[in-house]
Amino acid sequence: MSPMPGVLPQPPLPNAQPLARLLAAGAEAGYARHVDTFGPLDPDAVAPGLLNLLDASGLTGRGGAAFATWRKALATSQSGRKRLVPARPVVIANGAEGEPLSFKDRTLLAHAPHLVIDGLLAVTRAVSGTQMYLYAPAASLPGVQEAVSGHPGGRRIQLVESPETFISGEASAVVNSIATGSAIPLDKGRRLSDTGLKGRPTLVLNVETLAHVALIARFGADWFREVGTPTDPGTRLLSVSGPGPCPDVVLEVPGGARLTDVVQSAGMDPASLSAVLVGGYHGRWVRPAAYVLSPRGPAGHVVRPGAGVIHALGAEQCGLGATAGIVAYLAGQSARQCGPCMFGLPAMAGIFNRIAAGEQDPRLPEELGRLGTLVSGRGACHHPDGTAQLISSALEVFADDVRSHLTGRCSGSGSWTP
Amino acid sequence: MTATLHIDWTRCDGRGLCTELLAGVLVRDDWGYPVARGRQGAERTDVPTRPSDADAARDAVSLCPKLALSLRDPASGGPQRRR
Ligand code: SF4
Ligand code: SF4
Repeated sequence: MSPMPGVLPQPPLPNAQPLARLLAAGAEAGYARHVDTFGPLDPDAVAPGLLNLLDASGLTGRGGAAFATWRKALATSQSGRKRLVPARPVVIANGAEGEPLSFKDRTLLAHAPHLVIDGLLAVTRAVSGTQMYLYAPAASLPGVQEAVSGHPGGRRIQLVESPETFISGEASAVVNSIATGSAIPLDKGRRLSDTGLKGRPTLVLNVETLAHVALIARFGADWFREVGTPTDPGTRLLSVSGPGPCPDVVLEVPGGARLTDVVQSAGMDPASLSAVLVGGYHGRWVRPAAYVLSPRGPAGHVVRPGAGVIHALGAEQCGLGATAGIVAYLAGQSARQCGPCMFGLPAMAGIFNRIAAGEQDPRLPEELGRLGTLVSGRGACHHPDGTAQLISSALEVFADDVRSHLTGRCSGSGSWTP
Repeated sequence: MTATLHIDWTRCDGRGLCTELLAGVLVRDDWGYPVARGRQGAERTDVPTRPSDADAARDAVSLCPKLALSLRDPASGGPQRRR
């Protein structure tokens, strides 16, 4: 595909250079600056070939699950058409960001809302959808409202406020929230692509995913693939936070970026860190050295970025204390509707806390492992599995600390504030 | 051809009737909720059953006090729900 008018395409950059694709229009870009930077996008013109283009681009969802965007869109559009009475799909731009360490989506909505809107309009047209929603936290809504009013196609987008709960961005919780005001996940007996909001086929896409769609629709799949790797093409936004004077920063990095390059770009020395939490509270602790960020690949070498949360722990900080704080938070964020999650997570949090507090009972790690295995796969959402994964990575990466806690040799303060 | 038994965790209250009816398939966890024997991941929510379990599985579906269970026949595609 030949690039449409637009200014953005640049020569390929060497890997791990900070990139500025999504945020190329600069701070708080209004519609005029957006069009100056990227060129206009006519959703009707790009819709017919859009799903093929997304397939060729290899774009995967940037909200956590990293599912192929074209496949998800195609499933929604087909299920609308194969019904006895065809139903027009609903498309929802998901800007909920309940994860405490995540801020890339609100940054994107503040500075590049028009890319998100372009992507939403184009995908909706491509799946023959009728209704469009943009779901975002209260703090983002005034800016989004202004952008929607300033965008020629924005009129028909309905804005809905997302609550500030951890689970509010889970796809079925998004649908439930818009339908009933209650942002808790639904049973997965039916797929949202078959029957979601008001029984219609429903496509929920992360706002960053939609912004990438807007760029791919303009500049093509080959352009998207000029950075990243064949299996993890394009770029992704990361919310990077860490110890000391290092501020929270949003970075745009190529697929397959090295974790040490990422923390360095954020102003941290990888050697000064004890561990890095990748993928947020449902993610994994790793020692940064050997890892690259990618949704797929061998677990010893590749760590999944999830929704793009990278949180570094300073050498003087206690990983067990940090994890105990996170697990307690996660247990409190259970929507308390599925038994294994409602009972299992507080039980795991309690045991983790006993280890972090220095209780000398050698059976505690084993019991944590048993509970993690017990709850996994047993909830309406991924919350039990994500929590169990975080815990098992902490027990592995902080194994030395676990041993010194259990034998009373830990001298650290074990303190942490979320 | 085996049907899968879907557990709706948002409905189940763990009273454990199903674990008695389907003792070969489901056991109780620490809190009374069903766990699929020897299954991992998604097969703990959509539990494969053998043809010999079919009657007991149908009983469990119709007797579950919370309407938390449904049987899905792979041939028919969609879930068969009781509500
Ligand atoms: S698994 Fe936990 S967080 Fe997820 S829906 Fe069930 S109770 Fe809520
Ligand atoms: S019979 Fe129904 S409510 Fe009772 S434990 Fe089984 S699934 Fe849950």
